[in-house]
Parts: sequence; structure tokens; C-alpha cells
Amino acid sequence: MHAIVEYISSYLQSNQTPGAAGNFVWATIYILLVFVGLSIAVICMNWLERKILAHMQVRLGPMRVGPHGLLQPIADALKLLLKEDIIPAEADATVFWIAPFIVVLAAFTVFVVVPFGPTHAITDMNIGILFMLGVSSLAVLGIVTAGWASNSHYPLIGALRSSAQMVSYEVAMGLAVVSAIMMTSANAEGTGTLSMIGIVQAQLEQHEWFLFKYFPLGIVAFGIFAIAMVAETNRAPFDLPEAESELTAGFHTEYSGFRWSLFFLAEYSAMIAVSSIAVTLWLGGWLRPFPNALTGPTWDLVFSLFPGLTFLFLAALCFYSTVRMPKHPLFRIQTMGLAGFGVVLALIAAILFWGPARVRVQDIYWFSAKVAGFMYLYIWYRGTFPRYRFDQLMKVGWKVLLPTGLALLILTAIVGMRTEILSMFQEGLR
Amino acid sequence: MNPPVATAFFFYLLAATMIIGGILVITRKNAVHSALALITALLAQAALYLMLYAPFVAGVQIILYAGGIMVLFLFVIMLISIERNMKERQFNKQWLVGIVAAAALGALFVTVYTKTSRGVSLFIEGRMSYGESQNTQMIANLLFDRRAGMYMFAFEIASLLLLVAIIGAVVMAKKRI
Repeated sequence: MHAIVEYISSYLQSNQTPGAAGNFVWATIYILLVFVGLSIAVICMNWLERKILAHMQVRLGPMRVGPHGLLQPIADALKLLLKEDIIPAEADATVFWIAPFIVVLAAFTVFVVVPFGPTHAITDMNIGILFMLGVSSLAVLGIVTAGWASNSHYPLIGALRSSAQMVSYEVAMGLAVVSAIMMTSANAEGTGTLSMIGIVQAQLEQHEWFLFKYFPLGIVAFGIFAIAMVAETNRAPFDLPEAESELTAGFHTEYSGFRWSLFFLAEYSAMIAVSSIAVTLWLGGWLRPFPNALTGPTWDLVFSLFPGLTFLFLAALCFYSTVRMPKHPLFRIQTMGLAGFGVVLALIAAILFWGPARVRVQDIYWFSAKVAGFMYLYIWYRGTFPRYRFDQLMKVGWKVLLPTGLALLILTAIVGMRTEILSMFQEGLR
Repeated sequence: MNPPVATAFFFYLLAATMIIGGILVITRKNAVHSALALITALLAQAALYLMLYAPFVAGVQIILYAGGIMVLFLFVIMLISIERNMKERQFNKQWLVGIVAAAALGALFVTVYTKTSRGVSLFIEGRMSYGESQNTQMIANLLFDRRAGMYMFAFEIASLLLLVAIIGAVVMAKKRI
């Protein structure tokens, strides 16, 4: 008994990820935490996307289920679980059954290496970024098999489009990622790293985010990745695999109920996964703004108050909406519920202001805040851009992004090796 | 140094997955099912590379084979009419070559097993063993290092071969460029 407690608590003193510390229990706890956190994030995204899109189009969005439609995602989830699960008669039942699981597995497995903080990752792999790219590229298999197994025209066309799109944008994406990895080797020893935690630490040591490194190379690489990642996740304006006006719902036309919700879950967690790659590679991962310029205990304290302040702000929003709720007896339960939600948020804020929690949670907060920025961009794109035609999509991928990526790779290599190249020239002159 | 996480159990599990996947590849009539079984086998192989402390090779295996090549396989297979294929009788005209190859491989396995069980090692004693965390760096050194980089030329030749294949595919696919 004592040995077990010792084993579990031994991790709390270490400064490693549970995977590196070899602590099985804590690794399991982290996996569960990441899973629960992701599910909550997907639920929040579902609500936020509908609300933000609605407000962009001067609508109200969901307003019926709960105050401001806050309970809408839960109602939707219940509806999806209770719906009849249909497998078309002519479908290939086994493959039809497996396909959503491939997509979900690929979307969730990548979070094994996502660094939410220097110690807040399930594990740190030597090949972290390679692992993320590889496993997320498996999602296309699920989409293709889903489209094929449905044995119907629209899903098959959607699946073929999606595989063509994902395979071609993966190339540009890979080139942008390689240029960022090259930047990690700009240190005294000249050794780079593929590990996700290592990449962020390299940015800390080099005192700048890779977004601003070798200006404008970093920004161009980030731009290529930011375009390719939208195409990789099949989101607007690159959502041709599920273009409603042409293909009904694309590869998941024949899916319903629980299986459809798995596709939905996978799409959103894949969005979060690619956003966290972008945040890790170019936006300094878990690092707070200006970790080198604004140092000292005062600034540390100021920045560590942000998580609590965010929740306090959300709680204040809740209370403000509570006051503004209609004063009709029918709305009494909703008003009370909203006030209760505000109290819960305020309690979370209070916990986050408490010393030890404040220090532990900081990294996770900054990482999530940066990822949340990307999530907002996704919604913004969807509300703003018209959908590409398929030939335009291919043109952007192969004729714009790929050559730019190649040029960028070579330029980054030259700039990174500039001292060596200069000294070679000087030797040649002598 | 932590004790290795990858125990014999995982090896047997992965090996069994690979063998079952391989058998399914050649026994399924439906080409898509075969392709899915092949993907399973390739992923199990990637996991075996991980067990051999070669994470870089494992990652490349997942990206290239499972993520890239197999998608193209599926892409092509899906454009074939599966219904007609299902009705066709399956045939194998290469069983003689197959038996010879299988017998040779089996003989090799038996030799290795009997020799090593008698204490004779067939492999170089001082094999290079790096920690998992150095694998990628070691591969980079073997490829690009000024002194130790002895595989640079072979690597470049292989990529040139791939380039030729790509150009050939484009030339054959497009009559007029």
C-alpha cells in the first residue's frame, strides 16, 4: 500500500512529463484529463461556432435551449445518441463500422505529444512533430473508407476529393514544418530537435518566436502552414469534400446518429490538433508573452493572474446576462441556472488565483489561449470566405504553396548557415 | 535509465497482428479489405521499429506507407469495380516461386534459431545501440556529417531515382506537356 502511494506521489516532485518519468498512473490520469478537456473544448466550439457565425450574419443563433442557447450542444448530443443508427443495405458493413473509429483514433492519438507545458504533456517523443504529422495523416484513411463503404455516389466523390486535397496539402504543410524545425538548430551546438517540448524550449533559448525569426521567412512559413492546415481539416473555404450545395454532406452523407457524431468530434479535435502544431512551432507554445523582455517577480505575478482574470470576466458576463434576462416567471429557472453557472465560473477563477494552482496552470492557459485564437480564425474564415472550386484548390496547393514552400526551405537553410557560407567564401578569396 | 517499457508481450502482440494482417491481405477477395489489412500490418511494423528504439524510422513508416502510399492504393482500388472482382475466381500462377521464397526464408529462420540457441551468434557483437532519444540525431550524423556521413551519396542517388520515377509517371500520364 505504502509503495503504491509512494509510486503515485513520486511523480509530483519530478520535473518531467509522466511518460518520461515512466509513471503509469499519472500518464493515465493525464490521458483522461486531455480526453475530458478535448471533449469540453469540442462542446464549447460547437456552441461558439453557431453563436459567432450567427452574430456575423446578424442573427441570434441558438436561443431556445437554456439561456443564450448554452445547453444546445448537450441537447444535440442527446439527440444524436438517441437517433436510429442506420447502416445502408448496400453498404460494406464492416468497413462502414470501422471508418469513424479510424478518424477518431487518428484525431485523438496525436494529443499524446502535444505540450501544454514543460511538464504538461502525456509524453515527450524524440520524433514528436513527425509523430503528429504521421498520425494525423491517417485520418484521411478513415474519410476515404467512409466514403467508399457507404456505396453511394456523393460520399465516394467526397472521399476522392478529400483524399486528393489532403495528400496534396500535406506536402506544402511538411515543407513549412521542416523550415521551422531547421530554425531550432540555430544555437551554439547547431543541433536541432523534432521533440515538441524541445521546439518550444528552442524558442525560449533563442529569445524569439519562430514566427518572427529570419523575418520574413518565419511569417511566410507560418502563412503556408495556416492555409494548409485549414485544407487538411476540410474546413471552409476548403470544405469541398462536404460541399453541401454539390455533394449533400460529402463523405458522411450516409452516416447518422452516434457514428456521425464521431466524425464531428474527430473534425473538431483535428482542428485543435493542427492549431496546436502551429502554436508549438511558431507561436512559442506554452510561453507567456515576452518571457525574456518582461522578467522579474512582478511581471511573473501579473501574467500568472491572467487565467483567473479570464474566468472572472466570463463570470461577470454571466452575471450581466442574468440581470438582463426577461423578468417573466417562465424564465425563472433559466435565470437561476445562468446565475449558478456564473458562480461556478467565479469559483474556478478563485481557485486559479490561489498560489500553487496559479503557477501550475499558467502554461496550460497560454497554450489554450493561443489555440483558441486559431479556433476563432476557423470560425471567422467560415463566416467570411466563399468556397473554392476544386481546380482552384489544386492550383493553390500545387502552384502557389508548394513552390513557395520549397523556396522558403532553401532560403531558411541559406540564412541559417550564413556564417559558415561567408567564412567559406572568405577562405576561397584567400 | 528506466526499465524498457516494451516487453516481450508487446513483441508477440505486434508480430501476431502483422502475421494476421499479412494473411488477410492475400486471402480477402475484396481489394479494399486487403488494403485495410495491409495498413494494419504496416502500422504494427512501425510499432516494432519503436520497440527497436528506432523512432525516426517508425515515424517515417507511418507518414510514408500508412499515410501516403496506402491512401494512393485505396484511391486506385476504389475506382475499380469491386462487384465484378468479387465474382471472379482467384488464381495464383506464381505458387512455385512463392514456395521457393517461403522455404528459403523458413530455412533462414530455422538456422538462426538453432545457431543462436547453441550460443553461436550470427550477428556482429558490438552492434550500435543508442538510446531512443539519440536515434534521429544519429541518422542525421550518418547522412550529413562531414566525417561520419558515409551514406550521403547513396541517399542522394535514391532520391534521384524517385525523381526519375515521378518524371516518368508525368510523361506517361500526359501525352502532351
